[in-house]
Amino acid sequence: MNNIDFTRIKPYGDTYNDGKIQLSFTLPVPYGEEAKEAGKKLLEKMGIEEPQITHAEEAGTGFTFIVAYGVVSHTVDYSAIEVPKVDSEVMDKYGVEDFIKEKIKRDVVIVGATTGFDAHTVGIDAIMNMKGYDGHYGLERYGGIEAVNMGSQVPNEELVARAIELGADAIIVSQVVTQKDVHIPNLTNLIELIEAEGLRDRMLVIAGGPRIGHELAVELGYDAGFGPGTYAEDVASYVVQEMVKRGLV
Amino acid sequence: MSKLGLDFKLVEEARQSARNIALDIQGLIDQHTSVTVERTVARLLGVDGVDPLDRPLPNVLVDKINSEGRLDLGIAYYLGNAMLHTGQEPQTIAEMVMKEELDLTRIPTHDFDEVKKKVLEVAQKTMVRIRKNRADREDFLRTLGEGPKPYLYVIVATGNIYEDVNQAKAAARQGADIIAVIRSTAQSLLDFVPYGPTTEGFGGTFATQENFRIMRSALDEVGQEVGRYIRLVNYASGLCMPEIAAMGALERLDVMLNDALYGILFRDINMKRTLVDQFFSRVINGYAGIIINTGEDNYLTTADAIEEAHTVLASQLINEQFALLAGLKEEQMGLGHAFEMNPKTENGFLLELAQAQMAREIFPNAPLKYMPPTKYMTGNIFKGHVQDALFNMVSIMTNQGIQLLGMLTEAIHTPFLQDRALAIENAKYIFNNMRDLGEEITFKENGIIQKRARQVLEDAHHMLKNIEVEGLMETIAQGKFAGVKRPVDGGKGLDGVVVKSDMYFNPFMDLMLGGASRE
Repeated sequence: MNNIDFTRIKPYGDTYNDGKIQLSFTLPVPYGEEAKEAGKKLLEKMGIEEPQITHAEEAGTGFTFIVAYGVVSHTVDYSAIEVPKVDSEVMDKYGVEDFIKEKIKRDVVIVGATTGFDAHTVGIDAIMNMKGYDGHYGLERYGGIEAVNMGSQVPNEELVARAIELGADAIIVSQVVTQKDVHIPNLTNLIELIEAEGLRDRMLVIAGGPRIGHELAVELGYDAGFGPGTYAEDVASYVVQEMVKRGLV
Repeated sequence: MSKLGLDFKLVEEARQSARNIALDIQGLIDQHTSVTVERTVARLLGVDGVDPLDRPLPNVLVDKINSEGRLDLGIAYYLGNAMLHTGQEPQTIAEMVMKEELDLTRIPTHDFDEVKKKVLEVAQKTMVRIRKNRADREDFLRTLGEGPKPYLYVIVATGNIYEDVNQAKAAARQGADIIAVIRSTAQSLLDFVPYGPTTEGFGGTFATQENFRIMRSALDEVGQEVGRYIRLVNYASGLCMPEIAAMGALERLDVMLNDALYGILFRDINMKRTLVDQFFSRVINGYAGIIINTGEDNYLTTADAIEEAHTVLASQLINEQFALLAGLKEEQMGLGHAFEMNPKTENGFLLELAQAQMAREIFPNAPLKYMPPTKYMTGNIFKGHVQDALFNMVSIMTNQGIQLLGMLTEAIHTPFLQDRALAIENAKYIFNNMRDLGEEITFKENGIIQKRARQVLEDAHHMLKNIEVEGLMETIAQGKFAGVKRPVDGGKGLDGVVVKSDMYFNPFMDLMLGGASRE
């Protein structure tokens, strides 16, 4: 384990550089030796050596479910990787509250919603509701933050109108349904609306959801994106620090 | 005998409160009809199809009458009168209205009793068809049989009805007993039902009568092949509750999600509108022998599963009374609840077990619908598979009726074929391996499980007493369910509610009320 070559990383099973990887998938062919062979061939084409089909079974007539292991021949240069990340220090709830008292000296207004046809409130609730998620209180419970959760299926226009009405410092939008990339046009539409209202430089606009990353969010014109595993303090820390950084206080 | 040492006198009191709450609302329901209720009557009298702009003919008819402020008599009256005037069937009349060849409010009026008689003649044909569907289902269940309870319930959601058919057949071959075709996102907010077969949808497939027919016929076919009757589920919820129920009755669906409280809280549908719609939809479901599923499980996706468990029980008791008023039998009440506690909770499994057993004991004849973990599913599919296993264990130990199978890829995507296969394998393994565990165990006197169940019952009893005083609508407005506040006059669809006149006529309400037990 000592001299890991970070320029040539491959998966670790139980021995350094063994390259072991597991996969599971379904092929639309009847179960049988031919199905297993097809699975092996597919793995070989993916650059996986010594493919082993450890399990194969019929998953309904005409389908074969396969569990496979193999050895990845490829490597990646870990040392050269740069991932755009939300660039702020994560503070806990009290840290955020103190920060607001000291550096912003007024209530921070955050308006959130799940917009478009998306009916899922689970993401926006996890961040905003009093109760929060998994023991992490939501923004509604933060002193110094006025959090307004508009719920789901909110038209983008209504979210923007509410943000204007309340003089919001930040808009946070959640997108859970991402089938067929339906979230992309919706998120784009929201940014366009905000720009059309001339508000883009006056507030932070943040997206979140199970398939939203910071990189995607920035690409779509957002200030930040938060993926799975995000808690209220991650979002709050970013908002308050970024407000100070941009002089939006 | 109660394994939990529940105080059934308290249960009885809670039920009585729930009954008073439901009766209070029923008074309001009885005074109103709605645009979708009237469209349902038109559909049941045989009106179908769309105009050149793809507007369904039931909408064309009802909107026309409503725009003149004359829907208070009910669409049946106008159709009956036009039948006497033209000698044509309702479908032809609807087409004439569409082409503006006929104006239903400006033709001579016939004797009201004659009109009613004419309408009832046509209505009887529909009643025969629905009764035949019910008889066919009973025949299939007798000759083909069905899977053991809990029924294995899986969803398909490709957006394309023909792809759904492939997935549904595969699922039935893997062992599924019930197939739900998830609706396209936001269909619940459409104030019309789309027409014809559909191949595009987001997060699901549009509920249309033709899609119902296609899937029904596919499931009948695969049912013969696997030797089990495969039940079909859709959603009589949203702004077209009774229309979807009617379509389900006509095409022999077996289960309908059907819950006004769910629509109010999670879809922001106006409460008056959806309670009026729900009543007629439940009357239809009752008559057609369709099992309803209520949506209490959803409360726990927004509110905490430990702190708010009593709201689930309170809502189930209210839903039970609404269902009884609409003529549903207990055997048709798939009351909902869910396994949604944070997996980090110490003894969380015991608390889930207590709540599931409590639901079983309080609703002994209802095919309870038990929903899998969703809120705390993470994308770690390996852990997720274990969470689903624990959920399956609670279900088999407490004899649940309908098991909506958890998918290890919940929180990632709509299920892949293999996800469904693994979910079915998981459930079958546990249900078979632990089949009679529930019969073998008792719970420790005054232990964690017994205390938990009693606490939830007491809290629900207390909540129902309060609602009885304050009224259901007020309680919802205060955010006591699921932590969501909805004002009485807010939400979508209120403009589609109409006060009935004294002469109001809906033949199917009278013909169907009384449920499946009536001939």
